[in-house]
Amino acid sequence: MNQADIAWMLVSTALVLLMTPALAFFYGGLVRSKNSLNTMMMSFVSLGVVGVLWALLGYSLAFAPGGAFIGGLDHALLRGVNLEAKGTIPHVLFMCFQGTFAIITAALISGAIVERMRFSAYLVFISLWTLCVYSPICHWVWASDGWLFTWGALDFAGGTVVHVNAGVAAFVAAIVLGPRKDYARQAFLPHNVPFALLGAGLLWFGWFGFNAGSALGATPAAALAFATTMLAPAAALVVWTLLDLMRNGKITAVGAATGIVVGLVAITPAAGHISPISAILLGGIAAIPSYYGLVFRARTRLDDSLDVVAAHGVGGTVGALLTGVFSEKAWSGVADGLLFGNPGQLGIQAVAVGATLLYSGVVTFGLLKLVGVLVPLRAEATDEGLGMDVTQHGEEAYMDGEGAILVLHEREAVVSPALASAAAGGRS
Amino acid sequence: MKLVVAIFRSERLSAVLEELYRADVQGLSISRVQGHGGEREQVETYRGTTVKMELSEKSRLEICVSNHFVDPTVKAILKAARTGAVGDGKIFVLPVEKIYRIRTGEEDQAAVTPVGVPSRS
Repeated sequence: MNQADIAWMLVSTALVLLMTPALAFFYGGLVRSKNSLNTMMMSFVSLGVVGVLWALLGYSLAFAPGGAFIGGLDHALLRGVNLEAKGTIPHVLFMCFQGTFAIITAALISGAIVERMRFSAYLVFISLWTLCVYSPICHWVWASDGWLFTWGALDFAGGTVVHVNAGVAAFVAAIVLGPRKDYARQAFLPHNVPFALLGAGLLWFGWFGFNAGSALGATPAAALAFATTMLAPAAALVVWTLLDLMRNGKITAVGAATGIVVGLVAITPAAGHISPISAILLGGIAAIPSYYGLVFRARTRLDDSLDVVAAHGVGGTVGALLTGVFSEKAWSGVADGLLFGNPGQLGIQAVAVGATLLYSGVVTFGLLKLVGVLVPLRAEATDEGLGMDVTQHGEEAYMDGEGAILVLHEREAVVSPALASAAAGGRS
Repeated sequence: MKLVVAIFRSERLSAVLEELYRADVQGLSISRVQGHGGEREQVETYRGTTVKMELSEKSRLEICVSNHFVDPTVKAILKAARTGAVGDGKIFVLPVEKIYRIRTGEEDQAAVTPVGVPSRS
């Protein structure tokens, strides 16, 4: 074991964990105020549910020795996950690091179904999804006996495993759930754009752990991934603002936040495989299809509310394919891409994306139908109108507390004289 | 000339505006108010403290219309704001003594006739 590696991976794990609360702010700022807590809770609750499930079973299905398609049960209930070395770090740290990826992947899907999905149905869905979709795909790509790994598919930090995977699941979930009740009749505006910017900034910060941490050590490869993670989103942000300027004549803040996320998504599979200059190209190129995907999506009946498909599905796919173009053995020591005389790599990348699209799409559809049999997937239409915060959680994000009466026991209410008269006045 | 004041559920606001637009009613003010109309209180919990929200958020719409527009206005609000549950709100129709349009100094009927529509007084 290497102590420098352990130190960096401890920090990286904490950084990636922070990305899920960051996502909560990014998504929470983009919805209407009456649904902001519900939206943020969809990310926060993943920290708990997926975190526990990962330790109990998910990690084993992803990383225990098994077949080409799924891991075995050797590490179920964390059996054998101890302080012994896994690579150059303790096995238990490796498990935690990978767990933070499972947590955020499940949370990413929520962006497609916010403002309408029943919270209990969401909980059951992400639980099953983590075990049935995330763990197997994670095994294909990152376990040493996974079929895409042995084939030589390049996915440094999870372009296919995390982003293409969540993007497809989001696409399917948005279709199965159907659009929000006033979709295309009313404008749904972000209630707190500063939250969206805060979320995007914290995501970028956490992403250094996500990408540079995926080197699994304090190595030169980590430094390369760090540099590309800084440059690609920077380029995506610049291109996004230019596209905004061309289309609307103004550079928007929501656009800037989105551009950053798209750049981060796109560099994820390529992070430790391409040169820093290529990263600038990759980030800039990736902004274009996501930008127009987002514009196009808004004109359709597909209510992918926070554009998970355009940002993560399209961004992840473009990033995974461009990894096959820009990969440079001189930098990574792993494989060359199309531009460096190895066109076959692009084909392998395409197969990895295609397999993820197919498997995640089909299984997500089946799981949603299954959950729909147990619990209605959608909240009641009246609850949707009132807002998901009050109806699903019994809380409100923003209120002045006026007219709140303390309930000490089930039926007995203590009313201050001022409030009592106010209430009586209201009834007259 | 009448002043129509309506207090109704905030979540019906978009539907009400849409219906008024269809009825060709223009020029109105909206405010957010808190009130109580006898509906069941919402129970909320914050860190173990349970509270009943005695006052709930409502929308208040004020619109001054000429006499022949009173009926379409009221009908539009009744149609769009109704959910059938207690707490749907009220509509008040009040007489108006005098109206001035600040921009032009026009009075009464002329002041509540939208620009570009010949006055029918």
